[in-house]
Amino acid sequence: MLKIDGLNVSYGSIKALSGVSLEVQQGAIVTLIGANGAGKSTTLRAVSGLVKASGGTVFYEGEDITNSPPHVLVQRGLCHVPEGRMVFSNLTVLENLYMGGYRRKRDAKFKSDLDYVFGIFPRLKERLQQSAGTLSGGEQQMLAIGRALMSSPRCLMLDEPSLGIAPLLVKTIFEKIAEINRDLGITVLLVEQNANLALAASSYGYVLETGTVILHAPSAELRANPQVREAYLGG
Amino acid sequence: MTLTISYQLFLEQFVQQLLNGLFLGSIYALIALGYTMVYGVLRFINFAHGDVFMLGAFSGLYLNKWLAPMLTTLPWPASVALVLVLSMIICGALGIIIEFLAYRPLRDKPKLNVLITAIGVSLFIEYTCQLIFGATQQPFPVLIPKSNIAGIGGLTVTNVQVIVLVTAFALMLGLRFIVMGTRLGLAMRALSLNPTASSLMGVNNGVVISFTFGLGSALAAAGGILYASLYPSIEPFMGITPGLKAFVAAVLGGIGNIPGAALGGLIIGVVETLVAGYSQSLGVPSGYKEGVAFVILILILIFKPSGLLGKVEREKV
Ligand SMILES: Nc1ncnc2c1ncn2[C@@H]1O[C@H](COP(=O)(O)OP(=O)(O)OP(=O)(O)O)[C@@H](O)[C@H]1O
Ligand SMILES: [Mg+2]
Repeated sequence: MLKIDGLNVSYGSIKALSGVSLEVQQGAIVTLIGANGAGKSTTLRAVSGLVKASGGTVFYEGEDITNSPPHVLVQRGLCHVPEGRMVFSNLTVLENLYMGGYRRKRDAKFKSDLDYVFGIFPRLKERLQQSAGTLSGGEQQMLAIGRALMSSPRCLMLDEPSLGIAPLLVKTIFEKIAEINRDLGITVLLVEQNANLALAASSYGYVLETGTVILHAPSAELRANPQVREAYLGG
Repeated sequence: MTLTISYQLFLEQFVQQLLNGLFLGSIYALIALGYTMVYGVLRFINFAHGDVFMLGAFSGLYLNKWLAPMLTTLPWPASVALVLVLSMIICGALGIIIEFLAYRPLRDKPKLNVLITAIGVSLFIEYTCQLIFGATQQPFPVLIPKSNIAGIGGLTVTNVQVIVLVTAFALMLGLRFIVMGTRLGLAMRALSLNPTASSLMGVNNGVVISFTFGLGSALAAAGGILYASLYPSIEPFMGITPGLKAFVAAVLGGIGNIPGAALGGLIIGVVETLVAGYSQSLGVPSGYKEGVAFVILILILIFKPSGLLGKVEREKV
């Protein structure tokens, strides 16, 4: 589904990624874990075209999409939910959801997708006319995911959906991610600092350290790996 | 007895000034909308915007000249509408071209670069027009046959003034519809809140920015024609002062805030006209009205930098 091959990204003279390679199989949930500043967000940003890759290739559904602009990729079903959620604060919840489906006709399928989002996040339905900036952090994360679903994606890249959210709500959100993956067959690339959660939710994992993948294995193996346990799972 | 008469006179005069201020202010509002919309999507002040207002007046002049054989066969409201709409289209296209050639290549550069470029573009347009149209004042054709509308008491209001006001408000309502009621308008608002997120939603930001420039420039062009209908003498530098005042109006309303720009324009127009009207009683020369907008600018920057309707935006992280 998604294949990254030897990706290099620099911010000016700072080299953020050097030769990152990873692969996400169709229908899977794959996670990318790593410490602060490891380059997880940069990897997603390079895939979705928000930053320019200076080297390497990105394949999506078998086609080279390296450095394609984000608005083109959304239309092809590759959707990126950025770190910090980035909901449109002064727009209403409904307008945010409409923005998610910006490229789509408002047809019956659109309507049923909207209902699906309300089905998994009933809280959004209760707050349709509320401006997104006044939602709680957890609700904003629901909105960010719901908005992404409105683009009818085949592959979803989520950047730290647990960031700054109460543990109970984090659990709900991870359940919903699993549900989306199962029900809609959407492939998920999940970036997380919370390695425990991420490895539990995924089938395969990559560990990123200062811009390079140092380890990758099925998530269960990574959870058992002493090196990973010590560095990312708190011993 | 004398007291009541002078009181009535005072009231009449005051209302008259208020009305005059509204007519002028509605034009400032049209220009201010362009500043604020462009600021919304690009976070910079397009100092060449006042010149598009001037180009609007000149395109009105020339369209009227070139299309004269056809226009004379039409009833005047149709010919006014035609000249207005064509000028708006021409200047809208010019606005899009200006953004594309001058500002787009600087998209990722510091905002100061773009700001200085805008000043350069402004001077370029002004002096190019001076070369083409000449530096002297030119009479603006009478698009609307003037007649006084019998007012209440001693008020004088001309049909031209009323048409200016009605047209300006109609255009503002049209803009409101585009911004609040269409997909492209939604994209404009989203882009102004977070361009990264809007591109991740599938918005081609470049297209929306072009559209915004086109819209703002078309409104400025309409402003130029309406202004020239009230003060029918035009020249290549006529955009500078109204442009600056409209910029102040946009800041007064809260830069980036669309209803704010409209409100700011009306306020500047009214205050300026009142100062001019009462300059004698205030003990200042009437020329001081030109400075009113800037006094307001200084006050607003000191006491409410976010403007009257501007919100302090905060993002939850
Ligand atoms: N816009 C930028 N300009 C300069 N350097 C940047 C920029 N964005 C990121 N970096 C640098 O690139 C490196 C990788 O950052 P990135 O945001 O990808 O890390 P991350 O793994 O997502 O971290 P976190 O878990 O804190 O979100 C860091 O060293 C960071 O300082
Ligand atoms: Mg990150």
